[in-house]
Amino acid sequence: MRAVDAVMECLKAEGVDVVFGLPGGANLPTYDAFVGGGIRHILVRHEAGGGHAAEGYAKATGKVGVAFATSGPGATNLVTPICDAMMDSVPVVFITGQVRTELLGTDGFQEADTIGITMPVVKHSFMIQNPQDIPRAIHEAFHVARSGRPGPVLVDIPQDLSRAEIAYEPVTDVRLPGYQPRVEGNQKQIRQAAKALAAAQRPVIYAGGGVVNSNASEELVEFVRSDRFPITCTLMGLGAYPAPDRQWLGMLGMHGTRAANYAMDEADLICAVGARFDDRITGKLSEFAPRAKFIHIDVDPAEISKNVPAHIPIVGDAKHVLAKLVIEYRAIGADSSRLEGWWSRIGGWQEKYPLAYEDSPDSEIKPQYMIKALYEATSGEAVVTSDVGQHQMWAAQYYDFPKPRRWINSGGLGTMGFGLPAAMGAAVGCPDQLVCCIAGDGSVQMNIQELATCAQNDIPIKVFIMNNGYLGMVRQWQELFWDGRYSQVEMGQFPDYVKLAEAYGATGMRFEDKNALVADMRRAIATDGPVLVDVRVTREENTYPMIPAGQPAREMVG
Amino acid sequence: MGEPGTKEVLSLQELEATANLRTGRKHVLSILVENKPGVLTRIAGLFARRGFNIDTLSVGPTDDEQISRITLTVDGALHPIDQVTKQLHKLINVLKIRDLEPGDTVARELALFKVAADGVQRGELMQIAEIFRGKVVDVTKRAIILEITGTTEKIAAFESMVRPFGLIEMMRTGEIAISRGRTET
Repeated sequence: MRAVDAVMECLKAEGVDVVFGLPGGANLPTYDAFVGGGIRHILVRHEAGGGHAAEGYAKATGKVGVAFATSGPGATNLVTPICDAMMDSVPVVFITGQVRTELLGTDGFQEADTIGITMPVVKHSFMIQNPQDIPRAIHEAFHVARSGRPGPVLVDIPQDLSRAEIAYEPVTDVRLPGYQPRVEGNQKQIRQAAKALAAAQRPVIYAGGGVVNSNASEELVEFVRSDRFPITCTLMGLGAYPAPDRQWLGMLGMHGTRAANYAMDEADLICAVGARFDDRITGKLSEFAPRAKFIHIDVDPAEISKNVPAHIPIVGDAKHVLAKLVIEYRAIGADSSRLEGWWSRIGGWQEKYPLAYEDSPDSEIKPQYMIKALYEATSGEAVVTSDVGQHQMWAAQYYDFPKPRRWINSGGLGTMGFGLPAAMGAAVGCPDQLVCCIAGDGSVQMNIQELATCAQNDIPIKVFIMNNGYLGMVRQWQELFWDGRYSQVEMGQFPDYVKLAEAYGATGMRFEDKNALVADMRRAIATDGPVLVDVRVTREENTYPMIPAGQPAREMVG
Repeated sequence: MGEPGTKEVLSLQELEATANLRTGRKHVLSILVENKPGVLTRIAGLFARRGFNIDTLSVGPTDDEQISRITLTVDGALHPIDQVTKQLHKLINVLKIRDLEPGDTVARELALFKVAADGVQRGELMQIAEIFRGKVVDVTKRAIILEITGTTEKIAAFESMVRPFGLIEMMRTGEIAISRGRTET
């Protein structure tokens, strides 16, 4: 069997039902194997689109996404999705073609040191030197990608090796002696955490993307409701706890709610689950949660005490640890009434500082209202992807996600152009669900070519561009912190998105009237096939509230 | 700390504060790795990304041909070292890491010194080498090559002794280290 045919067998054995990719010289053999290989392949228009689609697929389904590219420029185009997947712990296997072994290191045509270039941004990578190793490498790649803290794994296969004949035997055992992620948390530590929680007067549960990754939502809800614990989620964790809810404080961090940020500021105990104390959460680190002790639950030991020293570290998978923590906590039988004072303090903030904006007096669409309208038009039941910027923050603030894997965005790397291809991947992975992308007019053009992929394959994503004619978040920072000296943020109204959508074979629409917006959105959603909607919103609206960069939480503005 | 994206300028003091995180204590990390291509690059890259300077590095086979040992010494405060060892553990090809305690460790380095030596100086140099339990490995009319094994401090002391004679060249392997007692390093 050719090595590439073995690759197809391995993919099938791993349960892969779709690959996003683009062929080229170095992976011609691989693409030959797709013919009759039994694996669906979606031909993207740019490798970055394929990479983000694989991420969107992985985030929406919880399965490993797969993206293929050729050598050289194909592989370098994957660098952004790889890095994005690393920052947000997304399980994706990338398989790249490489020039023939005799050309390696000679600056051959379309040669790039793919392994070297991607080394700092992969969870692991495999450089194939012997075709016989290919099946094992593929299986190991899937194992590493999906287990522990998930992440991107790259397999680089030189063209000549991929054509080689090998004796293929299914690989059933994956042995990686240097890789044994700890799943079960230490029972003693968990008991200590339960005790600390029972003694806390002002506790906050702070949950991140790790809860979504480990499918621990149910366990999180049970844990939070085992007492009246206030809960906040990071941008990546939204949906892990169903919003809205009486114990829900909203998102925390730079554009989080005041209730969530003030609660963190005044807490005496913070229980972090699958979250990594990113600078967008902590603000000024030295003044972050000054009164708090920290329980830190994470499957990645390197995250614990990286930014904030943990008093009770628990290394383990959130699903397992939370399940045990609930049992330990219930056994103590803590008195919930101790939290009454804390809740009245939090309630005061919630009442005084709800998420709010000033609505327009006329038919102008406020960006915040656009998100609320989408929530209404979708009954809060859509899978929502986003790009990066103001629209992303408003979506996170105003779309109450009731379930995990419904909110798909680029948090860590902040990749503009992520939303549209990610929506494409999510829609392929979840054909029965409505998938909407909330895009920025700055971001959307960075991967808009995938609209052709959607049209060709009838992938019915609904893209709503929040169009303010600006690189909005940069404009906001220039307004607030650079004396309003706008520099290179004006996008104008180019292109005409309605015409562009039609040129791509999709449906284009433009909405400008607030009063008709919900009905208009329903019409867009009811339209078959991919739809690109240009929603014209207030041009100079700022995303508030906001912790100015490098400031502590209590300095929130807006 | 100045934040990228704001107008705040990073002050020199802040930069120094970051530098102060280093205590200067030497750490000897003994790392067992799978003998696979690119392992050393992964490890070196991990240090480089965090601005860590590797002082010495030696790589060699172990009694198992599929496993190599990397011994490296770095200067650093405990916290960043801790972070780096945790990150090292995340590398799939890394099997085991030990931050060796200096007191419980035997560490050795090999050095070769090429020193200018004609006539009378040669005898004197040979005497010094003997005191340091070094060896003469090559003699020519105008130079002598001495081999010496020992701790980093011993080699530094030897260097200071021979330098006045006219040190032409010095080569050091970097430390290898093994833990004392019955248990494996």
